[in-house]
Amino acid sequence: MSESILIAKDIVKQYGDYLALDHVNLEIPRGSIFGLLGPNGAGKTTLMRIINQIIAPDYGTLIFDGKPLKRADISQIGYLPEERGLYKKMKVGEQTLYLAKLKGMPHNEALEKLKFWFKKFDILHWWNKKVEELSKGMAQKIQFVVTVIHEPKLLIFDEPFSGFDPINVAIIRDEILELKKGGTTIIFSTHRMESVEEICDNIALINNGETILEGAIEKIKNDFRNNIFSVKLNTENLTLPEQFQIISNTDNNYQIQISENATSNQLLNALIEKGEIISFQEKIPTMEDIFIKAVKNE
Amino acid sequence: MAGIIILPTYLAMQGHDERTIALYEENTFFSSKLEDTDNLHFVKIPEQEVRIIKEDFSASPYYALLDIKDAENFTLYSNQQVSLSVKSEIENKLSDIIQRQKLKLAGIDLQILEGVSTQIQVETIIIGEEGETTGNAEVSFGIGFMCGILIYMFIFMYGTMVMRGVIEEKTSRIVEVIISSVKPFQLMMGKILGVALVGLTQFMLWIILTLILSAFAEVLFFDTLTISTESIAVGKEQSLILSSLSTSLAGINILQLLFSFVFYFLGGYLLYSALFAAVGSAVDAEADTQQFILPITIPLIISFILMQPVMDNPDGVLAYWLSIIPFTSPIIMMVRLPFGVNNSELILSMALLIVGFLATTYLAAKIYRTGILMYGKKASYKELWKWLTYRG
Repeated sequence: MSESILIAKDIVKQYGDYLALDHVNLEIPRGSIFGLLGPNGAGKTTLMRIINQIIAPDYGTLIFDGKPLKRADISQIGYLPEERGLYKKMKVGEQTLYLAKLKGMPHNEALEKLKFWFKKFDILHWWNKKVEELSKGMAQKIQFVVTVIHEPKLLIFDEPFSGFDPINVAIIRDEILELKKGGTTIIFSTHRMESVEEICDNIALINNGETILEGAIEKIKNDFRNNIFSVKLNTENLTLPEQFQIISNTDNNYQIQISENATSNQLLNALIEKGEIISFQEKIPTMEDIFIKAVKNE
Repeated sequence: MAGIIILPTYLAMQGHDERTIALYEENTFFSSKLEDTDNLHFVKIPEQEVRIIKEDFSASPYYALLDIKDAENFTLYSNQQVSLSVKSEIENKLSDIIQRQKLKLAGIDLQILEGVSTQIQVETIIIGEEGETTGNAEVSFGIGFMCGILIYMFIFMYGTMVMRGVIEEKTSRIVEVIISSVKPFQLMMGKILGVALVGLTQFMLWIILTLILSAFAEVLFFDTLTISTESIAVGKEQSLILSSLSTSLAGINILQLLFSFVFYFLGGYLLYSALFAAVGSAVDAEADTQQFILPITIPLIISFILMQPVMDNPDGVLAYWLSIIPFTSPIIMMVRLPFGVNNSELILSMALLIVGFLATTYLAAKIYRTGILMYGKKASYKELWKWLTYRG
């Protein structure tokens, strides 16, 4: 069993003159939650569609579970697209059953699994309702069930939290974490950086069709540390030795950058002499900072 | 279908109420000769009653008042516009009386005149490979016309049904969910074939219902018809039509006609519905379809308009080419068939139709698979052309 569930090598996709993906490389570790990030129009959705074999790449290969990706693998992949919906006039039960069978599940098994998920979400009484009677959030829950029903090895969620209220976001997030515990690999794209920090193990940042950042979230954060410390102390007009550079000062909240050869302890020692230290903290960049910085540097 | 034919006939038959027409004439020249008809009853009234009627027409029991001054001055009074059929019936009767009187004055015997009146029917015989068969241009005309109209209607009806289905899947955003399980081409063909089966089922039901209803109608109407039209002249005409209908139907290859109908219906439908599906995939709402629908419907409408000229000359150059080109052949070939078409021509037309729908399906599939994933972008022809060139 290979360590990566999916490897994308040199993926190129061109629409006329527009280069949607420019030699993208990705490796998605088995059993992880992988955040696919990038500004609008970066090529995330195109990449997800290629993984789902909705469109074919112009160039490049995909290795799924150790073997080249083939048509039959779609039953091992679950996809929740960003533009998602259901037949409005069809009944919920009938429709979910149809979509589950479309993924290759036998009738009885599909029915059993659906009842299980409907009970879990306490929505069994929706079974005979028409989709048009449901609210947007309710329909989203149904779509989530349909995506995971065939217990795929790889789940792909495109903006899974859009349209959900905070309670439902929590429910779906917990379900995603539980699926991960069960050994499922999850790729998901979102613009909500706080949820990336919360649940992702690895990320890839795509901009203008290229991967500009890829790796474990801790490592990336570490790489983006720039030795800035937030300090609050009761001294005005603070002056420090030259290896410590004061970047800003608002109401005695100082942002101090230390040079490469200095340490945080040396900074602390220097500060103790100046007054009472109220707080001292390394300013670790958030994913949002990293996102903005990486995209702007491009 | 049967309802469409029977209901108006039934209503038209119901529409003939008997109407009483008051008649005023100083002498009795016209009044003695005016005979009552099925729905007109003439009553001669004295002069004083005329005045009463004219004062308050609605109180009188009459539908209208016919005032005859002399052989040139006739006036019809009524309190509402008289129906066209009543007016023309009275006019015909009066002019008939005057004509007869003039003939009589000219010294022509009316009995000789009646003997002169003749009705002939030219028998048409087609000398074909299987010997002589009785032909009938009128019946061929009728059948060809019916088939052409039906195919035209079916292609339009079911073609737009496919288009609506595609738009529905796109606007409800389910399409991307489904094509993560099946290929876009499979989804498109599934839709097209599904609607085709709906169409065929509907067509079968129509045939069965028509047969049942027309059997009923025959029992219902033909009894009353034969009773009410006992006058010999009409009866003769009736039986003439009936007998010619049955003999001339024998001249038309019913089996070939039925097979060709189903073939051209399916072929034409597949050709056009693929294009309709492509249009549906390229737009976000049905309101945006206009600009793309027009070029698709033009060949259909052209064939519809040219049905008449083709029937006037079913073996002409126009008829030949229109029944070979796949875009017009489904309608035009069905119009031509009852007049008899060369087998080689028929096979060429059918083969080209198959090639035609394979080609439109191939092109439509390319537009479709890109179109269904495009949201909020107003597609232009230039855009569609670009989609055709995308790979994979």
